[in-house]
Amino acid sequence: MNINWFKYAAPSSFYPLAGKLIPWFMGLALLLSLLGLYWGFFKTPNVLTHQKEYYRIIFIHVPAVWMGMWLYVMMVFWALVGLVFNTRLSYMFASAIAPTGALFTVIGLWTGAFWGQPSWGTWWDWDPRMTSFLILLFLYIGYMALQSAIDDSRRADKASAILALVGLVMVPVIYWSVNCPNPAECSSLHQESSTQQIEPNIFFAMMVMVLAFWFYAFGVVCMRVRTLILQREKHTQWVQELEEVQHG
Amino acid sequence: MLRIFRTVLWRDLLLAMRHKTEVLTTLFFFIIVISLFPLGIGMDKALLQKIAPGVVWIAALLASMLALERLFASDYEDGTLEQMLLSPQPLFVIVLAKVFAHWLLTGLPLVLIAPLVGLQYHLSGETILMTMLSLLLGTPVLSLLGAIGAALTLGLRGGGVLISLLILPLYIPVLIYGAGAVADSLLSHNNVQSYLLLLTGFLILTLVLTPWATAAALRIAVE
Repeated sequence: MNINWFKYAAPSSFYPLAGKLIPWFMGLALLLSLLGLYWGFFKTPNVLTHQKEYYRIIFIHVPAVWMGMWLYVMMVFWALVGLVFNTRLSYMFASAIAPTGALFTVIGLWTGAFWGQPSWGTWWDWDPRMTSFLILLFLYIGYMALQSAIDDSRRADKASAILALVGLVMVPVIYWSVNCPNPAECSSLHQESSTQQIEPNIFFAMMVMVLAFWFYAFGVVCMRVRTLILQREKHTQWVQELEEVQHG
Repeated sequence: MLRIFRTVLWRDLLLAMRHKTEVLTTLFFFIIVISLFPLGIGMDKALLQKIAPGVVWIAALLASMLALERLFASDYEDGTLEQMLLSPQPLFVIVLAKVFAHWLLTGLPLVLIAPLVGLQYHLSGETILMTMLSLLLGTPVLSLLGAIGAALTLGLRGGGVLISLLILPLYIPVLIYGAGAVADSLLSHNNVQSYLLLLTGFLILTLVLTPWATAAALRIAVE
């Protein structure tokens, strides 16, 4: 079988495809998040007696944190593909992912603070997990700042791709250095995350929310890529001939 | 290879010696920042001893940050950098030589001035020695990592502020272990060696990897 892997790497063929996919992604995101939140709020037994109802923020907190981390990896993946194959669309993907990743990182930190206040009595603690997540946010911000500081979009793409790569190498180093620099002072408030010990209903609701967030990320990234395509390819003929451009 | 390293190193040092103020600015910035802390926080001896490791290291971070902007800027403006990129010599070696020169001019003076800081903060001789040792191992890492940021932001408006946004988060491991080594020598001597070994590990890792990233970033900037 001969598949043309690069067919949709051309902006002109990806643009209409993304336009068709976005309603599906967004519709699925809406449906799944309704299901996940309903299940999380009404179908989970009150097994956690020592933690009160505020634990239900877990259905936003955990998926948002996962997305914050995974989107950084995806961003680096597309940046690397861009550096290797020099395809315009991969760079557009990388830069379209960054704001969504930063958003999820902020949501993760924010909901974490709301959870921490009632359960630990503090909004913030310099715990390894929280600190490394704050640094992840800084990396996203640095990436976006560098991208917007360079006017030439080709240089901006490549320079920020290198920055994202360096960041990916540094993330584990930062994580391990924040984690226990001094074994004597190593106490962390954040509990170890384990998916095995979770009650099945809570686990189900959480996974549905993770899927919902993934589809939301797909949809929003596709929208942003479409906008980037229009901005960067506005002088090409196929963009001029688009219906929405001619009537807009 | 060694010859091109020596030539670039010598040229950069010579250029810096003709503009002595640039070297001295970084050094005095370091001293002034460190002298401001006791004035802002209070002159309590025990407190000063306690905050000294963090203050010294954060001041070193900021001072090396301040000097980064000039690492490639003047070569970029007068076209020397373009010639270096076009030359058949490996860019890796040229970058390494430039970073080494930069460290000799901005990192090494901080190491040498550290005893003065130690006296300001009532540190014992042993702790002062540890401060110098940790700075000696840590400041080259700062220069090597910072070179990536300097290359990425070459020729941009507001480059200086942008560098700090990009590079300061990457400095965190050096800050933690550098300040950790000094703080540990204040209290006990259990873990000092492991801190120093980790700093050495960072130094070797960045020495091997960062010149590649810097070279790639320079090619993109000049392209």
